[in-house]
Amino acid sequence: MSVARLLVPPRAKRGELVEIRIAIQHPMETGFRMDNMGKVIPKNTVSNLVCRYNGTEVFRAEMGSGIAANPYLQFYIVARESGAVEFSWIDDRGEKGSASAVITVTA
Amino acid sequence: MTASALAAEPKRPEPLKSGIDFSGAEVRALQQDDFSSPAMLWITRGEKLWNEPAGKSEKSCAGCHQDARASMKGVSAKYPKVDPGTARLTNIEGRINQCRERNQQTAPLRYESDELLALTAYVGMQSRGVPVNVVIDPQNQRNFRRGADIFYTRMGQMNLACTHCHDRNFGRKLLNDTISQGHGNPYPVYRLEWQTMGSLHRRLRACFFGVRAELPPAGSQDLLDLELFLAWRSQGLIVETPGVRK
Repeated sequence: MSVARLLVPPRAKRGELVEIRIAIQHPMETGFRMDNMGKVIPKNTVSNLVCRYNGTEVFRAEMGSGIAANPYLQFYIVARESGAVEFSWIDDRGEKGSASAVITVTA
Repeated sequence: MTASALAAEPKRPEPLKSGIDFSGAEVRALQQDDFSSPAMLWITRGEKLWNEPAGKSEKSCAGCHQDARASMKGVSAKYPKVDPGTARLTNIEGRINQCRERNQQTAPLRYESDELLALTAYVGMQSRGVPVNVVIDPQNQRNFRRGADIFYTRMGQMNLACTHCHDRNFGRKLLNDTISQGHGNPYPVYRLEWQTMGSLHRRLRACFFGVRAELPPAGSQDLLDLELFLAWRSQGLIVETPGVRK
């Protein structure tokens, strides 16, 4: 079980830049480490992350072994209409996660 | 480790300072921000686990203790505590597992597992801002003495005691790190070096490793006694759970 957190301001004015913050609990195994027996721990990173605003893709990230464990992302979108901001991710082992939040846009 | 006459009378560092005061600005900022602090991921998970039924009883923690924000406020500041049932010293991790076995009727969580860290951190966070307050009484006097004994006794190939770094040299450098006073008030913490959450016992083991001493297992009596002594030693510092450290 993995945890993902998403922070979206609940209210915004139309045309306003809003900050989106994402945090995912993930080990981000680089594939370069070995366990106590000397066996290589297979690479397992969040390979793909997509964020959608009312169904439209607004942000995409492909993360590799250069990103630290428990990645944190922050970016901005323009508030156009009320609706859902959601994101989903998938890692090298096929594990998935998602989170969503609602934003209310006023004139 | 055997009980011996103490080399020194137990003392608190003066002035009492939390480890966060020895940390850099970035680490301090990370601990203060409840979203970008990676420790909050474990809090989110702990909150889920708190409300999730488990075991044969099909009861969740919330089933008996209701809202942790009210029922667990200030609780972790008084731990470790002697459990009246078993007359043994118990920390929050131990108390959670005791509840799981006795009341939820399910297997205890492995020490240092994500689940136990999440629950411990979630319970601990309800005491954030509350001063550490353990009382040394006839019931835990022996544990306190043993803990103090470990703190003041030289050990390992380096032949150092906890007191040599954390009482005599706090604020000075050990390689690229500033030596803290060695308090347990922010635990469990997210340690950047570990890239994950870790318990106080994991941190203590790292110090034992540092002086090349034999490592007591996490949850062992030695570490519990030391935890009690450290809590006494940090009396009055506020609980910072979940902390962030380098």
